Amino acid sequence: MSDLLRPVAIGRDLVRRDGMDKVTGRARYAYEADVPNASYCRLVQTTVARGRVEAMHTDAARQVDGVRAVITPFTAESLHTDGGELAVLQDQEIAFRGQVIGLVVADTAEAALRAAELVEVTCSTAPHDVALSADRDDLYKPEKVNPSYETDTSDGDVDVAMAAAEVTVEQTYTTAMYHNNPLEPHATTAFWDGEHLTVWDSTQGVHPTRAVLADLFDLDKEHVRVICPYVGGGFGSKGEPHVHVVLAAMAARAVPGRHVKLALTRQQMFSLAGHRTPTIQRMRLAADRIGHLSGIAIDVVEHTAKMKEYAEQTGVPTRMMYAAPNRATTHRLAALDVPAPSWMRAPGECPGMFGPEVAMDELAEALGIDPIELRIRNEPDVDPETGHPFSSRNLVTCLREGAARFGWADRDPRPRAREEDGWYVGTGVASSVYPVNRMAESTATIRFERGAYVVEIGAADLGTGTWTTLAQIAADALGVDVEDVSVRIGDTRYPVASVAGGSSGMTTWGSAVVNAARAFRDKHGSAPADGAEADGSTEDNPATEQYAMYAFGAQFVEAHVHRDTGEIRVPRLLGVFAAGRIINPRTARSQFIGGMTMGLSMALHENSVLDPRHGHVVNHDLAEYHITTCADVTDIEATWLDEHDPHVNPMGTKGIGEIGIVGTAAAVVNAVHHAIGIRVRDLPVTLDKLLPGL
Amino acid sequence: MKPFTLATPTDADEAVRLVADDPDAAFLGGGTNLVDHLKLGVATPGALVDITRATSAEITDLPDGGPRVGAAVRNGDFTADRRARERYPLIVQSVLAGASGQLRNMATIGGNPLQRTRCVYFQDVTTPCNKREPGSGCGAHGGYTRYHAILGASEHCIATHPSDLAVALAAVDATVRVLGADGERTIPFTDLHRLPGDAPERDTTLAHGELITAIDLPALPMARRSLYRKVRDRASYAFALVSVAAAIELDGDRISDVRIALGGVAHKPWRAHRAEAVLRGARPLEETFETAAAAELADARPLDGVDGGNGFKTTLAARTIVAALRDLTEGARS
Repeated sequence: MSDLLRPVAIGRDLVRRDGMDKVTGRARYAYEADVPNASYCRLVQTTVARGRVEAMHTDAARQVDGVRAVITPFTAESLHTDGGELAVLQDQEIAFRGQVIGLVVADTAEAALRAAELVEVTCSTAPHDVALSADRDDLYKPEKVNPSYETDTSDGDVDVAMAAAEVTVEQTYTTAMYHNNPLEPHATTAFWDGEHLTVWDSTQGVHPTRAVLADLFDLDKEHVRVICPYVGGGFGSKGEPHVHVVLAAMAARAVPGRHVKLALTRQQMFSLAGHRTPTIQRMRLAADRIGHLSGIAIDVVEHTAKMKEYAEQTGVPTRMMYAAPNRATTHRLAALDVPAPSWMRAPGECPGMFGPEVAMDELAEALGIDPIELRIRNEPDVDPETGHPFSSRNLVTCLREGAARFGWADRDPRPRAREEDGWYVGTGVASSVYPVNRMAESTATIRFERGAYVVEIGAADLGTGTWTTLAQIAADALGVDVEDVSVRIGDTRYPVASVAGGSSGMTTWGSAVVNAARAFRDKHGSAPADGAEADGSTEDNPATEQYAMYAFGAQFVEAHVHRDTGEIRVPRLLGVFAAGRIINPRTARSQFIGGMTMGLSMALHENSVLDPRHGHVVNHDLAEYHITTCADVTDIEATWLDEHDPHVNPMGTKGIGEIGIVGTAAAVVNAVHHAIGIRVRDLPVTLDKLLPGL
Repeated sequence: MKPFTLATPTDADEAVRLVADDPDAAFLGGGTNLVDHLKLGVATPGALVDITRATSAEITDLPDGGPRVGAAVRNGDFTADRRARERYPLIVQSVLAGASGQLRNMATIGGNPLQRTRCVYFQDVTTPCNKREPGSGCGAHGGYTRYHAILGASEHCIATHPSDLAVALAAVDATVRVLGADGERTIPFTDLHRLPGDAPERDTTLAHGELITAIDLPALPMARRSLYRKVRDRASYAFALVSVAAAIELDGDRISDVRIALGGVAHKPWRAHRAEAVLRGARPLEETFETAAAAELADARPLDGVDGGNGFKTTLAARTIVAALRDLTEGARS
């Protein structure tokens, strides 16, 4: 790997270039696309969880003033698909409650809603099954887990290690079902001009969405344009297109000459936009008296949809996190009559660092060793999974730096030892990890236009800062002032770019931008002519064959538990991260504290309550599905090490979008245990789980 | 969403006539609950009558020294009123404990007590609900019951009333001024809401077309020593698991008067008469508080359900009552 870029613009805390447009409302999101002849689409959904649509009567709906089209499984156009989540309206089978079985297009959103309510549906029903448990007799082993990890791994013999160990921890931990719930709902505006389809879609990747739409509608890719300059959050749920994009395109084709707008309601987002599976994690730790792990194992049970398999890679971080000669991981799935689970911020690592990091705290307690010290004693020299050295691994420094900042040294390890104003006070810690991911395909074009440089790449900004950070990378790669670089993203008119997922954006797109800049200088020198341009693409990084590449972090939590009511509040959160070079401290801090806040939310609040009788998530709005509010976080701080990693990419970045959510929930559970001596192993931590012990 | 007409009368009699004459009409206050229901299909009125210009948005003083709060007073404005803040901490705290700043700026004092349950089955027209559709069954029984009742429920309905303000108004014995087609009447606040029985579709004792024009607060000097304690799963913007509105008056080492009402536990704000009876005349001791709480909750019937049911609420309510009374009497007991 060549030397890292010399940071001039990189490292500056520049304000977001799109910030002013967003806060003043000038930034137009997918549903707000400024288009003529708008019509509005409303969906019709099933109210049974399994069965078949026998008949639909649409006469009353069609008679509503302003209705232009009603589409049902009996009338919908055929898509080029073999089934699965996106094969919407292709047959009469009902795979989950809330499945789309029709749509209405009307001149106003109100008329469309009214007409959708008037569509009469006759269904036959079949028994449904949505209840996950570890003792089901139909659990199966998927071939791979997301995206392509081995399903099970085993090194040495954990059973033997457990039998021989001086101290063991064997516990089961569970995480709840979660919904991504970005603030901006999933929304699409669609328009057909003959055989040319244009969609404004809220997506984490315009090019991946284009590829899917071109396949489904059997179009040349060049005949599909996807536009998405701004995204109001995605958290993975806009990483792959869901049915609304397809439905908007179908709806628009039914009303030639008109632009059709479709936004999911908040309730619909609970069945049509993906979710994180609940997980059941059986943990085993074997150790000697001084805290050296001899064995670590995780056996994961989680759900998938019968309609489409998605296997969350929950056991994966246990494979590489700590030095234990005997290690084993398994994943088993129950295929249920539920909507398809999908990506949600740090799939795998987020739930998969809950059980292990609480178990480590339980082991520390059993040994009488400080939980930070226990982790340090199990720090591996090389990646336990591959035997490769780490390109850089600064977990121990994060733990020590965090301990110093947090005031850990004064901590009395005894639970329930501190009380302030009627609140028991405790502190907890957990480790974070996230891999350095690089996607296969991205290309950037750099052009010299009227005295300035323009970077074009079909990348996405989910609110993360891409508009700004790519300009910083380009400026340093070109050796020019960042003010002389403009960036164009979020449109398939710009070169192909990968999905904003797996914290891979900066590594993937940034590498393409750097290569484009180098190609530009090679080709055009330092005094380019107006219109000069060059392309560059991301390439495989040969160093990935020699090094294990991960970002690490340490999360510290102060938790308060009310003496009378068991209410839990977390007044202080600190995260210390080692995630390579930070392009922009302002946007990076926002990413880190956003992830940590989401982790806190997972710890205390988030819980999609799936009613097994009805088969759907019943608390499907933001009043009932609780997400942490500002009042729940009073002091949150994220900081990072000045980490130099020459192996990851030319910028030295590791990706920061997801690591903030990893480990937070475990740190909260550990802090609550320290506060009152009750170990909650099932998320979320709510007062009813503490009341019996008060 | 069913199409509807909107009238904006400036006169209360006109507003009442418009609704009383039309069984398909409904009053619209701040709209913070009803507008949601229109979108969800939970409410399908054919006519809405906006009463925010037809009723008073003023707080005036009554001859007996208590304030009269006009029905159109915005919740946010009420919490900024100096008289209210000084004289009725429990009421102001209850309003501030509810919703968000934006919602409080829209919601009205007259409309707040008339908001409907947030039972997830009531709010989802694809599930059965006797309150929304009499005779369709109760979706909540055996379902997600974390926010449901432990007191006064029936086989037909186990919903709770969501208003925080209503709990405080029940505690202070406020009076509701109501205008109907036949003229004006007053209702003791504790009689405004009803238990579900076999008619859970009726939240209140108001007849169709009856309009709350104002809420009168009694002078009640003891309310200066009062509080509203709301226990919830997150620090803001959440409905109560359990809440307690309490006011207390001490005479030497005895409790001379006490008012307690509970929220989050029943179909109506639950005035804790049994607990009050235990406490009146007693010393303000922790054991007495516990006895009072136990007496009030003796008939509690927790519910099983998805996600653990609500069995914790009996303990939580008892502990919250004790904590509230302790907070109100601390300093006076030592």
